[in-house]
Amino acid sequence: MSHALHAEWTKFRTLAGTWWLLLAVAALTIAVSAAAAAAFTCPPGPASCAAAATGADPARLSLTGVDLGQIVIALLAVLAIGGEYGTGMMRLTLTAVPRRLTAYAAKALVTTVAAVAAAVLAVGGSVIAGRLILPGKGLSAANGYLALSLGNGADLRAAGGSVLYLTLIALLAFGVTAAVRDSAAGIGIVLGVLLLLPVASAVIPDHVLARHLEQLAPMTAGLYIQATTGVESLPLTPWQGLGVTALWALGALVLGGAVLRLRDA
Amino acid sequence: MTAIAPYRSPASAGRAGFTSALRAEWTKFRTVRGWVIGALVAALATAGLGLLVSSGGQSSCQAANSQGQGSSGSCQHGISFVLGPNGEPVSDSFYLAGQRLAGDGSMTVRLTSLTGRVPPPNGPSTGDESGYVPGLEKWAKAGLIIKENLTQGSAYAAIMVAGGHGVRMQWNYTGDTPGMTGTVGPANPRWLRLTRSGDVITGYDSADGTHWSRVGSVTLAGFPSVAQGGLFAASPEYQQVGESFGGGTNSGGGPTQATAVFDRLVTAGGWTAGPWAGRYVGTPEVPGVVGYHQADGMFTLTALGDIAPIPAGHGGQADPAVTVSDYLIGTFAGLIALTVVAALFVTAEYRRGLIRLTLAATPARGRVLAAKSVVIAAVGFVAGLLGAGAAILAGEAITRARGYYTFPTSAAAEARVIVGTAVLTALLAVLALAIGAIVRRGAATIALATGVIVLPYFLAVFAAVPLSAGNWLLRVMPAAGFALQQPYPAYHQVTMLYAPFSGYFPLAPWAGLAVLAAWTAAALALAAYLLRRRDA
Repeated sequence: MSHALHAEWTKFRTLAGTWWLLLAVAALTIAVSAAAAAAFTCPPGPASCAAAATGADPARLSLTGVDLGQIVIALLAVLAIGGEYGTGMMRLTLTAVPRRLTAYAAKALVTTVAAVAAAVLAVGGSVIAGRLILPGKGLSAANGYLALSLGNGADLRAAGGSVLYLTLIALLAFGVTAAVRDSAAGIGIVLGVLLLLPVASAVIPDHVLARHLEQLAPMTAGLYIQATTGVESLPLTPWQGLGVTALWALGALVLGGAVLRLRDA
Repeated sequence: MTAIAPYRSPASAGRAGFTSALRAEWTKFRTVRGWVIGALVAALATAGLGLLVSSGGQSSCQAANSQGQGSSGSCQHGISFVLGPNGEPVSDSFYLAGQRLAGDGSMTVRLTSLTGRVPPPNGPSTGDESGYVPGLEKWAKAGLIIKENLTQGSAYAAIMVAGGHGVRMQWNYTGDTPGMTGTVGPANPRWLRLTRSGDVITGYDSADGTHWSRVGSVTLAGFPSVAQGGLFAASPEYQQVGESFGGGTNSGGGPTQATAVFDRLVTAGGWTAGPWAGRYVGTPEVPGVVGYHQADGMFTLTALGDIAPIPAGHGGQADPAVTVSDYLIGTFAGLIALTVVAALFVTAEYRRGLIRLTLAATPARGRVLAAKSVVIAAVGFVAGLLGAGAAILAGEAITRARGYYTFPTSAAAEARVIVGTAVLTALLAVLALAIGAIVRRGAATIALATGVIVLPYFLAVFAAVPLSAGNWLLRVMPAAGFALQQPYPAYHQVTMLYAPFSGYFPLAPWAGLAVLAAWTAAALALAAYLLRRRDA
């Protein structure tokens, strides 16, 4: 296993694209988060910045960039395995490590480590940006908002949970691509699953069905972890929601592993 | 010695023209089963989500009721709007102190005061006026009106002072021209004059009754020679415009009232000097408040209601009605599929090495890119046209069959939106193709194209960015092209949250198209440059 890990790590780190993508995850997430925070304005009217009037969730607002970051991190994971199928490298990999599940696990582990690293940078930068920008936009202590801080339990859950969320999305993309064995198809499916289900739940006329769909969709359920206000009214608790995303990732990983084990590469 | 002619193939020489390149690319596209299926999926996804919506109407009903907007009963089959002269839904209820006005003539009056009462800020909307505080709705209005007849929805022209928007000349519900600015009060009264000459009605304003300026002049074709007119006042429902994450809706609201005091009412021309009879046109939402009394040449009108168009969309008065925008919600889902197809259409050639053969067959590289663009644009156009057409036509049929109310939309507006959607999908497909030619890797292309095309729209319309940030995304990103899908104009003279979720975009359709076209042109230019400069 350690040899397989070492081999996967060497392959991963010696691709120039990998580092650019890791950088892109952090940069894009932070940029979008900062832009969303900077664009926030209190609604017009007296005492409009009071918590009851804005309905704003500072933690969630300053983590907006995760919506974009997840696409880049999914791409990173898709290319980590899809690239080998694209170039035919996979055959060499499996010759070197004939225990296919060992190769698969090693690759998944390397992807996980990279995803966690990128996510920590992205989320950390977003929290700092939110902490610096939001008080100037009216979400200040004077109006009853606490400054974002990882010492605060709810904010820590939102930030730490976002790191876990990004990592789980990477694993979901990794598993899906292992199952379809094609980068383009993999990213297409992942984006479809991520973006389509929330929209379907937003427009479906049947409210009960829509609520179930929201509970089942990996993106909507997983992002409940970012909520620090109105947590009681969510269809699932934050950790349950992240659990849904984890189940999606697990399912995809198992499916990808099974395909790799059972089919010719 | 005999000269031996070299062998020449009897086959005619192939032409390296654009037509043959186009034919080659079209053959490539239609013979790859996955791409054809992908294009079909794009059309089906566009239509499918819309059909999901049209099976409802219920959803917006429930939302409206839970917000307590007084729309109880509007979910039932009987909901209907008053329609204006151009077929659009309108509000038409106001207090009128008027009489028959025959032939040409003019009316002049001085408005000395316009005050009102509104629900308390952030307070509960109880429906009655207990707890109301003094205040004036920005679009409360009072002035002179001439109207076809006293039926709701009939043609009119009016000169008025609006609570927070100065003097306005308005006509036939949608027309609006500003005059003098500033508020009205005893210290700064406003003189208003309305004249009729045939079909032409002209409004004037003045601060002192001596120096007049023309505000506007409108031609109401077919206006009857004997019309109704006089003093009027109205005060629309107070809309507390609030933005919530996850779309943004209006919250709260309730009836408001306005009291206008006029004097120095003078008629001239064929119009007689009275008597002026008071009546409420339509049914007041709060009975017992409206009224009119006249003493010593002074007219005091207290009124509710509004004379204005009703905008489509969520959070407004027309909330329960299904709109064309609701049917088209699936466009972006179709675009994800189309993006995959367009990206693979070029990146698969690099993946398989086919690009070397393609460029050997058509050495003019720009021509290859152009041919591919034309093919994918045509595919995108047809997919968008079929998807949007099916979504709207089938959606309306289903909604009607289920007895839900559809927001009245002209066939011309529907056609414009359907063709607009087709243009949108065609251009976005070309953009994805150009990104593919730049990046040359399938997965990266799809992620990048989705990131710049679909994600900004998604964030602005459905998800978690504030409305202002979302509107910026819809101005500068290629998603600006979604403005082509806006079916209804935004009426600045009616307070509502004109959000993308309700089908209102920050740019005009042609401006959105220009932004999208600029992105596509820039990407194509870069792709053409790189295709020439790089080895394939």
